[in-house]
Amino acid sequence: KMSLSAKDKATVKAFWAKISSSGEAIGADALSRMLVVYPQTKTYFSHWKDMSPGSAPVKKHGATVMGGVAEAVAKIDDLTSGLLSLSELHAFTLRVDPANFKILSHNILVVLAIMFPTDFTPEVHVAMDKFLAAVARALSEKYR
Amino acid sequence: MVKWSDFERAAIQDIFSKIDYDVVGSAALSRCLIVYPWTQRYFGSFGNLYNAAAITSNPKVAAHGKVIMAGLEKALKNMDDIKTTYKDLSVLHSEKLQVDPDNFNLLGDCLTIVVAGQLGAAFTPEVQGAFQKFLAVVVASLRKQYH
Repeated sequence: KMSLSAKDKATVKAFWAKISSSGEAIGADALSRMLVVYPQTKTYFSHWKDMSPGSAPVKKHGATVMGGVAEAVAKIDDLTSGLLSLSELHAFTLRVDPANFKILSHNILVVLAIMFPTDFTPEVHVAMDKFLAAVARALSEKYR
Repeated sequence: MVKWSDFERAAIQDIFSKIDYDVVGSAALSRCLIVYPWTQRYFGSFGNLYNAAAITSNPKVAAHGKVIMAGLEKALKNMDDIKTTYKDLSVLHSEKLQVDPDNFNLLGDCLTIVVAGQLGAAFTPEVQGAFQKFLAVVVASLRKQYH
């Protein structure tokens, strides 16, 4: 298990402080990219009228997802208990195949590279990648 | 045979015409070695890879970044038959270099992120899709001769 070091947590918190005000934009763009580049992910959103990049449902859901990420940053010292109810939601109600967490994480990183080219250094990249993987693990906790 | 739409062909050619090969190759390989440190197992002869700063400034990493870009350019120039173009490269990676092919996806992800950083908003979701499709074909072709 690749757990977060003290340095990883500090890096994530510092970077998040810089980018959090753009949370909704990050979420919307990451989700848009996921739906376009990995069309199989659209199967989870067949109830939406519009799945195109920048559409209202995509924007709204992007904000929801990044709200979850914000919560994860705040609870970075214990993601498993901190994200318990989100884990139950994903396990029993949403039943999103966990492989998709990796896909969305990748697209979040792409957006960060685009929006914050100087701040998204290799050191920040590895810390964020580890963090998003840890969030994915916490979300998968209740699956079986 | 892979089918490329007109949009995909144009987008991929456009990306490669815009990016700085020297910067992208080196930056992508550096990120791969930093973000996925187990990939360093294949670069024992590269000297100092002890931390991010060392990796980023290592001249052997930079040189190898160029080798990788030259390989990608071969695929770019032969988009309609990357599989055949890459036959020898695939044999090299499987039999001589003995690289676990899952690593190709790791480097591919780092390339996508570095290209995104270089192109900015011009790297739209659709352009990203075309680029990732190109990388997927490259990776599949590199995997072909693993037995």
